[in-house]
Amino acid sequence: MAMSSEALAAVRLTLVLAASTTALLLLLATPLAWWLSQTSSRWRAPVNALVTLPLVLPPTVLGFYLLVALGPQGPLGQFTQALGWGVLSFTFTGLLIGSVLFSLPFAVQPIQHAFEAIGQRPLEVAATLRARPLDAFFSVALPLARPGILTAAILSFSHTVGEFGVVLMIGGNIPGQTRVVSTLIYGHVEAMEYTQAHALAGGMLLFSFVVLLGLSLMKKRRARVLP
Amino acid sequence: MRRFLWLFIGVLMTLTGVQAATVRVAVAANFSAPMQKLAQAFEEESGHKAVLAFGSTGNFYAQIRNGAPYEVLLAADDETPLKLENEGLGVAGSRFTYATGRLVLWSSQPRLVDDRGEVLRAGSVKRLAMANPKLSPYGLAAQEVMTRLGVLSELQARIVQGENIAQAYQFVATGNAPLGFVALSQVSLDGRMPQGSGWLVPAALHTPIRQDGLLLSPGKGKPAALALMAFLKSARALALIRSHGYEF
Repeated sequence: MAMSSEALAAVRLTLVLAASTTALLLLLATPLAWWLSQTSSRWRAPVNALVTLPLVLPPTVLGFYLLVALGPQGPLGQFTQALGWGVLSFTFTGLLIGSVLFSLPFAVQPIQHAFEAIGQRPLEVAATLRARPLDAFFSVALPLARPGILTAAILSFSHTVGEFGVVLMIGGNIPGQTRVVSTLIYGHVEAMEYTQAHALAGGMLLFSFVVLLGLSLMKKRRARVLP
Repeated sequence: MRRFLWLFIGVLMTLTGVQAATVRVAVAANFSAPMQKLAQAFEEESGHKAVLAFGSTGNFYAQIRNGAPYEVLLAADDETPLKLENEGLGVAGSRFTYATGRLVLWSSQPRLVDDRGEVLRAGSVKRLAMANPKLSPYGLAAQEVMTRLGVLSELQARIVQGENIAQAYQFVATGNAPLGFVALSQVSLDGRMPQGSGWLVPAALHTPIRQDGLLLSPGKGKPAALALMAFLKSARALALIRSHGYEF
């Protein structure tokens, strides 16, 4: 099937956005998940709720607040302007910020659960072998939590690919910068270009199915290896 | 005599009960404010009730083609009603222009937009919001205006597109885009512009932004639907539509 250059640009941008979001999320979510799994601070519950919020909020709410916050009068907008970055709405960076927030629970939760499943025992053993906490984290906790981290990566990536509401609200439909596959599909449907919409929507369906299939096959294999 | 009177009242109530029907209307989102007032006036005048659904014309088209039970469509353009009529989903000959939109180059900041649109040539425009020309007649009109003025190629890289005119307005109102092409109906109140600065783009610079209505097949021969179609052409309705920044 031949794809138009418009569709190709959107697919490319979507993949770049999803990959960058995933990379950024793993860097952010891993320490956050670790803290959430270990701490007994009274801030744990509120932070946990805050991290989970994007899971239940309609993307339009998140997108609308981002639009206001990133705008020249908004707190984020004033911050980025003071740094000389200008206003980030309608830019790739703005989309990246939105995507990271939007997929945060999808990255934090699997990693957090993986850390919690390890329990205190391996870390105590590491401590008796005189491993410093940071050392224990990198050589014990992180390798043991690898399946959780992999799940987090896959979910963040596919969730970003499927993201729509936030992009629609802060994107501005700029080819090559903020026009991703999901908004392009929406545009095709709205413009009654059903053939183009079908091609992209079908591809999206197939992609999502393959990702989820891979995820559950992976889990099954892991269950067999680790009884 | 008294019993007769009660009987009379009873018959009357039954009759009006039969007559007071509802009509389901699919309304273009940009027309939601005037339509709510129109529906109220329509109810007062006819006793019929108009049940309104607001949304994008493209979505309505897809829904109507797939059997949505709307009886009247008030579209944001003149192409969709024509298409539906040609496809046999509307009542032939019922199509009419219920409002014509006007385009405004608008900013929420005072004095940013001059009253001749010279700001478009100034080279100082950082971001310019407009509706997607593929989806919205307002977007198409904005594109025509910039082409006519010979500024489109220069501004192209700085244009951000909303999926509809409501989103274009949102981009400008929140300041994310300092200025943009919006609908007069969004920024005017009883003929004045209460906020920001704007240039009412001369209608001669673009194809008229005709918003057409159509009686859909489910509304064929239904008294409430027919009454609404007639009401929308009445002097009272026209005055109300005009006061919201539309023309004819």
